[in-house]
Amino acid sequence: MRDVAVVGIGIMKWGELWEKSFRDIFVEAALNALDDAGVDKIDSLIVGCMTGGLFVGQEHIGALMADYLGQKNIPAAHVESACASGGLAFRQAMIEVASGVSDIVMASGVEKMTDTSGDGATYALAGAADQEYEVFHGATFPGLYAMMARAYMDKYKITRKQLSAIPVKAHKNGSMNPYAQYPFPITLDAVAGGVKVADPLHILDCSPITDGAAACILTTVENAKKMKKPYVKITGSALATDTIALSQRESLYWLKSSEVAGKKALAMAGRKISDIDVVEVHDCFSIAEALVTEALGFHKPGTGVKAAAAGETALDGKIPVNPSGGLKSKGHPVGATGIGQVVEIVKQLRGDAENGRQIKGSPKIGMTQNMGGSGASAVVHILEVA
Amino acid sequence: MVGIVGYGAHIPRHRITVEEIAKVWGADAPSYKKGLMLREKSVPTPDVDTITLSVSAARNALKRALINPRDIGAVYVGSESHPYAVKPSGTTVAEAIGCVPDCHCADFEFACKAGSEAMFVTLGLVKSGYCKYALAIGGDTSQGAPGDALEYSAAAGAAAFIMGKKDLIAECTATFSFMTDTPDFWRREHEFYPQHGGRFTGEPAYFRTVKGAAAGILKKSGMKPEDFKYVIFHQPNGKFPQRVGKMLGFTPEQIEPGWLAPRLGNTYSGASPIGLTSTLDISKPGDMILMISYGSGAGSDAFVWKVTDRINEARDLAVHTTTLLDKNKTYVDYGTYAKYRHKILKNK
Repeated sequence: MRDVAVVGIGIMKWGELWEKSFRDIFVEAALNALDDAGVDKIDSLIVGCMTGGLFVGQEHIGALMADYLGQKNIPAAHVESACASGGLAFRQAMIEVASGVSDIVMASGVEKMTDTSGDGATYALAGAADQEYEVFHGATFPGLYAMMARAYMDKYKITRKQLSAIPVKAHKNGSMNPYAQYPFPITLDAVAGGVKVADPLHILDCSPITDGAAACILTTVENAKKMKKPYVKITGSALATDTIALSQRESLYWLKSSEVAGKKALAMAGRKISDIDVVEVHDCFSIAEALVTEALGFHKPGTGVKAAAAGETALDGKIPVNPSGGLKSKGHPVGATGIGQVVEIVKQLRGDAENGRQIKGSPKIGMTQNMGGSGASAVVHILEVA
Repeated sequence: MVGIVGYGAHIPRHRITVEEIAKVWGADAPSYKKGLMLREKSVPTPDVDTITLSVSAARNALKRALINPRDIGAVYVGSESHPYAVKPSGTTVAEAIGCVPDCHCADFEFACKAGSEAMFVTLGLVKSGYCKYALAIGGDTSQGAPGDALEYSAAAGAAAFIMGKKDLIAECTATFSFMTDTPDFWRREHEFYPQHGGRFTGEPAYFRTVKGAAAGILKKSGMKPEDFKYVIFHQPNGKFPQRVGKMLGFTPEQIEPGWLAPRLGNTYSGASPIGLTSTLDISKPGDMILMISYGSGAGSDAFVWKVTDRINEARDLAVHTTTLLDKNKTYVDYGTYAKYRHKILKNK
């Protein structure tokens, strides 16, 4: 296997992009990635997208995006692993470069979620859960994560105020991210006083519906050196799965797929969890961030929320979590989220993070964790300064 | 000089609270009250429809206008709940107030701005000399699907304005209309209830359009927000007019007299027109008033009104709008409301 590097990143302002189409947002982010890498031709394109079919009625996404990017005739594929589709696209692109099949591959993610109604979006997203054993009986994602939160909070005696610290931290970081959907700070009282979505989760515990896209250019480390551009090495990559239905798990609040993927990625990189300087995790709901940091090993079981409430996950904390603002503040265009995480970690490792959210002390090793559904799939990557 | 010679409103006395609706649907009433700034809404009884509301509002306008109804040369009713699909509402209204047969009549429809459309056209007819007086009405028995967010706001009420050139209560000194093809809210033929685009109804629809109309009329009139004593916006809920007012630089005090949605709901075509009546009720000679309607689809009509000395003699000639709104209320439960609004379907 060849060593693989990220030589270009591209993102665009995420949000409710009423005036831009599915293909527009992809092309905008993809062109930014090509510009950043200084290349105008790619050998292959991988697009992560959860469900263009349900959100905008569009399938055949690989060919569509290659065409509109001006790269027709190249191999282009659409990959899907629910909300982890972006992370999966990144992994597949890495494997393609590592294997020697292609030299320059674009890993991208895109989702256009606001062209359908709220009910339509809920229906589309529910496709990431178990249709027969969960969705048919009325479960939605806020409902599933609420059950996880309730069980966890009961077990570890977590207060509302402690849980609220997670979205407050997300928005503080996101307020410094020019590409975030909701780039403003919020207060603990605003989280606790917000509309209840599924008890104990209130509206500000939940990531939003977002239109957005992101892209990265991957090539071999050898090529990257010749390109004389700043690059970041991909040293670890793992994908793991779990039962798709929450009810089939031993614990409602232990994310086994994230634990397994995290351990495998660390082993591949030859690193320990304590080596990681910065991490972007899948905080689709406030509770998810803590469950993930525990599953990855940053925090012991039952201490993730408390660590966040104590400031340990802040930009200047022991382990900065989601400096981008996370899914909560930056937005969660499901198929693009995993690539958006890589964009942030590359910026942090290059020292390019905007508006004061650059982590002090020049982080050297970063991690991304992207998750599908209630944790039925998880993709973890480790990126390191060259 | 052209403007309003008589104005009047009508609001049914029945009310249903947000809590009563939320209870039935298992919804969180405090979140609707806080998020949309709604407390209760008016409910039409089975003997009330857009025509009866229009007649009552027109009679109140006539009381203030002190004119012979036979001098009214045009009757336009704007609504999205005309009782008939084919046959105008306006003919019945015209008969009831005695301004037939030498009168032009048409029904207007443009979602929630059908009433202001009628106002715009009647001002034009009077200004051009085609009519001595012309009557514009905006009114609705609004539809909102059971359980939908709209059900908490869809209310009933109407406002009527008689436009003329002499003895004005308020002179219209400027108008401006802003319109684009923006499908944020619609009801197709044979459907009971409108559908809407959720959050699309906000920023790209209501706010863009109302702000566009505001920018246009401020430029055209050479006025600034602080030049107005009062401002009335279309009010699909309590929150939107407050938010757009703040965005445009108006104060809560300027908005307050015409901000009726929290205790009235959204009377659709009647919303900003009724807000204008309650504002005129408390205004003084010389006050400048800005009114901006909004109709989905989407467009806004903006009007600058300058209140004249005649307000002092006309104000109390008919019932005040806040009296209709706040006195003699009868609260109904959801079952009664469902019966009144024909939501219970029986076999023939």
